Amino acid sequence: MSSDPHSHEPVSHDSHDPHAPPANAHEIEHHIALYWKIGGILLVFTLITVALSYVNLDKLFHGGNMIIGMIVASFKVSLVAAIFMHLKQERATVWRFLYFTFFFVMGLFLLFWFAYADPIFGTHYWTH
Amino acid sequence: MQIPHEVQARPDTGLYNAKLGIWLFLASEVMLFGGLFSAYIFLRLGADDGYWPHGLLNVPVGTLNTAILILSSVTVIRAWVALKMRRFDEYKRWMGLTIICAFIFLGVKLIYEWPQKFAHFGAILRKDKMGEYEKFLGNEHMKAKGLAPRNEISGHLEAVEFTFTGKDIAAVKIYADKKSCMVVDAPAHGGPAAPAAGHDAKAADGKLYKFESKTHGAGFWPSVAEGLEKIDGVKVVAFEVMPDPVNEDPTNADNEKPHFLPKHPNPKATPIVIKADDIHHWSAFVPKHSTYFATYFMITGLHGLHVLGGALVFCFLWGPGAALYRKNPEHLANRVEVAGLFWHFVDLVWIFVFPLFYLL
Amino acid sequence: MADSHAHDAHGHDEHAHHPDLTPLGYIIAWTSSLLLPLLFFIGAAMAWKAGAGNVAAVSAFTGALTAVVFVAATLKKWWRLYVFSTDHKVIGLQYGLSGLAFLFFGFMLMMVMRWQIAHPGDAVPVFGQLLQWLFGEAAFSKDALGRMGMLTADGYNSFGAMHGTIMVFFGIVPAAFAAFGNYVVPLQIGAPDMTYPRINMASFWCFFISCLFMVGSFFVPGGAAKSGWTSYPPLSGIADPGSGWYHIFNGQTLWISGMVFNITASLLGAVNFTATIIQLRAPGMTWMRLPFFVWAQFITAFLLLLAFPPLEAAGVMHLMDRAFGSSFFMPTGLVVNGQLADWAGGGSPILWQHLFWFLAHPEVYVLILPGIGIVAEVIACNTRKPLYGYKAMVGAIFVLAFLSFIVWAHHMYMTGMGSKVSAFFQTTTILISVPSVILLTALLLSLWGGSIRFNTPMLFAAAFLPQFGIGGLTGIPLAFNAVDLYLHDTYYIIAHFHYVVAPGTIFALFAGIYHWFPKITGRHLNEFWGKAHFWTSCIFINGLFLPMFLQGMAGVHRRWYDGGAAYEQISKKVVFGQDSFYWNNVSSTCAFLLGAVQFIFIANLIWSIYRGEKVGRNPWNCTTLEWDAPTPPPHGNFDKELRVYRGPYEYSVPGADKDFTPQTEPPPSAQPQPAPEPALVK
Repeated sequence: MSSDPHSHEPVSHDSHDPHAPPANAHEIEHHIALYWKIGGILLVFTLITVALSYVNLDKLFHGGNMIIGMIVASFKVSLVAAIFMHLKQERATVWRFLYFTFFFVMGLFLLFWFAYADPIFGTHYWTH
Repeated sequence: MQIPHEVQARPDTGLYNAKLGIWLFLASEVMLFGGLFSAYIFLRLGADDGYWPHGLLNVPVGTLNTAILILSSVTVIRAWVALKMRRFDEYKRWMGLTIICAFIFLGVKLIYEWPQKFAHFGAILRKDKMGEYEKFLGNEHMKAKGLAPRNEISGHLEAVEFTFTGKDIAAVKIYADKKSCMVVDAPAHGGPAAPAAGHDAKAADGKLYKFESKTHGAGFWPSVAEGLEKIDGVKVVAFEVMPDPVNEDPTNADNEKPHFLPKHPNPKATPIVIKADDIHHWSAFVPKHSTYFATYFMITGLHGLHVLGGALVFCFLWGPGAALYRKNPEHLANRVEVAGLFWHFVDLVWIFVFPLFYLL
Repeated sequence: MADSHAHDAHGHDEHAHHPDLTPLGYIIAWTSSLLLPLLFFIGAAMAWKAGAGNVAAVSAFTGALTAVVFVAATLKKWWRLYVFSTDHKVIGLQYGLSGLAFLFFGFMLMMVMRWQIAHPGDAVPVFGQLLQWLFGEAAFSKDALGRMGMLTADGYNSFGAMHGTIMVFFGIVPAAFAAFGNYVVPLQIGAPDMTYPRINMASFWCFFISCLFMVGSFFVPGGAAKSGWTSYPPLSGIADPGSGWYHIFNGQTLWISGMVFNITASLLGAVNFTATIIQLRAPGMTWMRLPFFVWAQFITAFLLLLAFPPLEAAGVMHLMDRAFGSSFFMPTGLVVNGQLADWAGGGSPILWQHLFWFLAHPEVYVLILPGIGIVAEVIACNTRKPLYGYKAMVGAIFVLAFLSFIVWAHHMYMTGMGSKVSAFFQTTTILISVPSVILLTALLLSLWGGSIRFNTPMLFAAAFLPQFGIGGLTGIPLAFNAVDLYLHDTYYIIAHFHYVVAPGTIFALFAGIYHWFPKITGRHLNEFWGKAHFWTSCIFINGLFLPMFLQGMAGVHRRWYDGGAAYEQISKKVVFGQDSFYWNNVSSTCAFLLGAVQFIFIANLIWSIYRGEKVGRNPWNCTTLEWDAPTPPPHGNFDKELRVYRGPYEYSVPGADKDFTPQTEPPPSAQPQPAPEPALVK
């Protein structure tokens, strides 16, 4: 967490000209290559997603295309969150909120699915 | 009065106010899109067999838009880095590029993708009348595979046949002119659209008219037919539809898997004539059409609104908002970072939207 | 840091008073003070011409009110001071007054319904003509004797739906969460204002727009929404159909639009509250030194933040169903009036219920937690001893908040869920009673051994405990599927949740108003009339709701427009030796009396603002920070540097020179103890 102090330690106004580059300018610039690299990886995985959708993965296991597609999407999303959104270096305050949010949104999905998957014959839930 | 921690981070939380605020806002956004996607899950799981269409969206265009969003994510973070480095001109360049990306994304959606859907026609047939259209539905293929029969014919709307019970057909002709269409007498073909006896006989002139595009074979939007229906005295009798290839053989693996490009109706095919009385529900490929299009338009629409919102904020930070640089460059950098966080979230949502609607 | 100090000192001088409008602001203010009323008057004229006298009158009244407010605000320079203020205290008062107004309005809707239940088919006495003229023919008609003002079946549905909506989303949430939270939370944590003052203002005005939608919906053709406060589709999807403008200007569509604005306002508020409590605590104000009220508001904000968005999503879907004819919630094969309805189908009404209750169950805790917070403050202050089990209470609300997200489907047992899903939700529902009981027990035990001052706020807080207890405990049987199927659509449910929110939260609100009124106005509310208000309210509110338990268990259905007159066998069923009409009458009479005695409170409120006994900074001898601020607190709140040295409830500390030790009082040792957290710049 503290490995990346520059994103949190503010430029000290009283000792420096606010328009001068910060002391850690070099480190920040160092990250630029990383951002482009991640952008490239995201593009590649977009193409992989497209390609995978033409392969019949449902033959492997039920709902194969959907599950593998979502795994790839989740991987891409975690890259965006961790690197672009600086979550990797973010403080505990933010993480705590996100734990809860993640838990509840998963609860929303899973319980909806659960409610769908456990019907009583002859009721609204019974669709077939 | 000065609110503490507006620019400088609070030491124990390590956050300045706006950054905490945007993360809280994003948490609620996660729940908003969580609600939308859970609706998607619920409706897709609950859809009857064969009612979740595939291959209606254009994959290359979707991929292009994904790439544009990813690119803009990198450029917005470059803009922030430039500000952190106190290189104002560089900041303006990268931010300008981000704004251009945002508007390309919106343009592709609003000018190309959505109108294609608005132009498409779909009609769900009444259960008791499906027999008459068996040959267009390709249900023999469905039956061979033990699947439930389809009851929808889709395609491009070529013409609408109608009778007129009002006083003056001129009103309809004016409306047709406005839509680059024309009203002609319908030829007495032997199809199912022959003017029925019954109530149609009471029509003022008893004649069957045809409403069609001036450029023959170009078709028109179903919304034009909706407008026609609303004109007093117009009674729609039948629709002439250029069928989508999917109607011929719905079980063809080609039609089940996403197409690289949507398959458009063959312009040389003969139009199918569907009697209005045989239709349970018809519409363009808009939210009204099906739960698939309802979720598609709702989620891409709300996502598009987020893109627009983000783009407007960027425009502000690029234009008048950039003046803050002179007073407090760190404050501007914070603002760009916060707007960037929002932008990455918009990108993140799209990463799920793209496979869920275009591919799977 | 030194820089920030300089900033601060500088800031205090510069903003000693409110900023005035800019020249452009004045131009906008003047034009809008002329234009807005004009728009309302044009609307009034059009309505008059169309023969809608009631709409014309309401528009003209609104126009006149707008004109008065706008012109006064512009002349007296009130714009930034009282109208578009960013000060958390002004926004709190704006929310509070609108919340109280809506509580009273919602109560009046209910009184009309109670009249109809107790005297089915009779015109409302005295106000009948006025009501029929105001709400139109859709809601009222002539009764068998030709008297005007009999509530129609549609009107009953409409009033019922709007009573629920208004009480929950426009009454209690604004009053308990937004008003008290806005006014008290920044003061209690020692902050100069909320973190985002302008977003705070936007939140109120967003709420204001939603109010216009809701109130306006009574006056559109067909009247306000009729599908219940839960707005279940497909009923709410097919209600008030129409073409053209009527597509939008009908009760149900306006209800949904209003809700979307209301939700947005709540979300803006929730972000602001959470961020304020995290970022703006005064130096030394560590998490476990926060007053319990702040904790309650923090958790409430968190619930709103994460539970409301799915309903916003559902609201958008519902709006699309109604405006664009989509079928998110419209099932395949829907038959309306014997005809196959023109919807594509494939949607699920159950989806709406899931999304609605995903919010609406946490919403129950949004309604009750601020109340518990207020009661905790009042009890600690008036028993002159610390809260019993402060840490356990904080832990309990965390567990409560967490569990409240996974219990929602216990509202949906009637939809025919499978046994596994039911079992899951029954289990979580029973689990959630544990933290609730911890809270109530801690508050009860806080009374033990205290030297209690029975002033008005304490009376309300004390009455809250058993009444909330009744509400909570009667909920436990409902957690079980088998019992719920029997009780769900009876008055038992009505009594259960009203005991939680009416004798529960509303009593807590009164406790809060009597407790903080001196801080807000610098004067006490009159104690005698306060007590008169309390005792009468307490008797009548129990008379109103207790009989409903009996009726409910006897099987009296909760949606009968005629109170059961059409069901001979039920109405003659013996409930404690009386038929159900007898108990309808008892409830209704108590409701009218309860409404009447609220005028004591209103009169007391107005009288005391001008004539109440003057007070200093800390009239109740409390320990928390708001009592350290000047009375009433100025813009920026505090007139001294704040540092917090101790927990929130140091009452009757052995060895102390007085029976309360304010949080800002340094420890007696010469060496001031450093705060456990790093010292913060203010």
